[in-house]
Amino acid sequence: MKIQGKVDDLPHGSLAHNLMVEIKNLSKKFNHIVALNQVSMQIVQGEAAAIVGDNGSGKSTLIKMLTGDLFPDTGEIVIANQSFRRLSPRKAMELGIRVMYQDLSLDNYKNSSENIFLGEELMQGPFLAKKRMLTEARQLLDHLHIQTPDLSEVVGNLSGGQRQGVAIARALRKDARILILDEPTAAMGMTETERVFRMLQQVKKEKKTMVIVSHNLLQVFDIADRIFVMKAGRCITNVLTKDTNPYELHTMIKEGL
Amino acid sequence: MDAYWPGIKKFVRLNSATLLLLLFCFLLALFIGVTTGKYFDIVNTFNILEANSFRMLLAIGMMLVIASGAIDLSIGSVLSLSAMILAVSLHAGLPVWLCIVVGLLAGTILGIVNGAIISITKINAFIITLGTAFLFRGLSLIISRGTPVTRLPEAFRSFGSGEVLGLEAGVFYAVAAVFIAYVIFYKMKWGHYVSSLGGNAAALRRCGVKISRYRISVFAVSGFLAALAGMIITARLNSAEANAGLNMEMDAICAVVMGGTVLYGGKGNVIGTVIAVFLLGMIRNSLTLLSISSYYQQFITGAILLLAVIVAEYRERKKRVV
Repeated sequence: MKIQGKVDDLPHGSLAHNLMVEIKNLSKKFNHIVALNQVSMQIVQGEAAAIVGDNGSGKSTLIKMLTGDLFPDTGEIVIANQSFRRLSPRKAMELGIRVMYQDLSLDNYKNSSENIFLGEELMQGPFLAKKRMLTEARQLLDHLHIQTPDLSEVVGNLSGGQRQGVAIARALRKDARILILDEPTAAMGMTETERVFRMLQQVKKEKKTMVIVSHNLLQVFDIADRIFVMKAGRCITNVLTKDTNPYELHTMIKEGL
Repeated sequence: MDAYWPGIKKFVRLNSATLLLLLFCFLLALFIGVTTGKYFDIVNTFNILEANSFRMLLAIGMMLVIASGAIDLSIGSVLSLSAMILAVSLHAGLPVWLCIVVGLLAGTILGIVNGAIISITKINAFIITLGTAFLFRGLSLIISRGTPVTRLPEAFRSFGSGEVLGLEAGVFYAVAAVFIAYVIFYKMKWGHYVSSLGGNAAALRRCGVKISRYRISVFAVSGFLAALAGMIITARLNSAEANAGLNMEMDAICAVVMGGTVLYGGKGNVIGTVIAVFLLGMIRNSLTLLSISSYYQQFITGAILLLAVIVAEYRERKKRVV
């Protein structure tokens, strides 16, 4: 197995200036528990990167720093050549980072369209353009082949898969520069999962930068160009998908290098 | 008819709290009519509206705060302190309009203080506003030294409780507050975010919304409405007292919960709150019409409130999903 970590080895014949996301020595402690320990990563523009690791390996903490949800104790994040020590969710959105969180981050008392547009509502003068949001949400969900029974139903009354569909639709609504998905199909059935991954393949074809956290190694192999392996708060290695196989990856996740 | 049936069913499901309250009002009116021969005619209805205009203002403010996932136990004290500041500045000889502005501004600032402390410390609103409730009432007592500030200018009294088109001015303030609250809560971004703050504050923040702005502003609105209610009471009584507004936050909370607003936030109900305030007013009025001794009034009101709140809570719990 060939382990690659240097910028020169990145796919698409890319150079350093093609870097979309650069994570430099991020560390984070929660009380005395070290969640992240000097994690560094580089993700090239147009690359689909997957972050894999066991529970508690620090995947979600890392993702939350990329989205501005958490601040690192030390280290910095460089996105499209702009360096940040503390990234806010608003700034992350302005930079074109779109996220689907593992907990979905939905307001259960609001309907699908209100959730899809949360934070970026369409307006008609000083008023919310609810009808227009409903129509656009319907079009978006149809386009993504996500089935929801009634868009005016509050998402708290939807099934797990449908709620996940709404969360994915929110992440995909606007043209994302960087799409971050934390366990995008955890609550979905087989058909829905397949559909979502087909959708992500489509996004990948558009050369968007993607970061996916998933437990499902087969899916990871289906979509990722590069896989980062995390263990106990460290990024122990990164490999090109074509240079490894699920079995090898599984061993790395469990036993380290 | 069949084509409309699903729509009607959905309407009933979504507005069950409001419809239930309306039914309650109707049954109460019927009962009083049959037993006493006195009906809730237009005069009586107007009387109830006049007597409850300040409660309406307080309840609307409370509804917004509760929908945002917080609670404001200090509105009674904000009412007292802002009214005291208003009365003292009237006595100082400032122009009436300026005193009113000062009073309303004082209430708004006290609300901002509440919101800012909660937003910065991230401590539960229940505890913070319980603390500021004592703090504000204490200030009101310190300013007044326990004696009511009376004999207020006629111009102020007519502004606060004078008659307009045969109705007390307070009714118009309450109607305006309800209308504005309806529009900003349901139709505008502010209300949309305020209810999301109660629904899932983390989600709202992750979507790039500065949540502290909404947390503070919702308390500012509650403070402003409490000050407006204080102005009405002060004008009506021609006196500002440190004890004004005592326990009124409890009335407001009951009306809000009866009206179908979720006590944990996320969903508010303007119309439901309005009807609940009116129903509570009707209940008080009915006890008078039935000549029930005032000793019993508080007990009966409490029992009815308790029942209504339990019913509202069970109904909501059944619906609550996650």
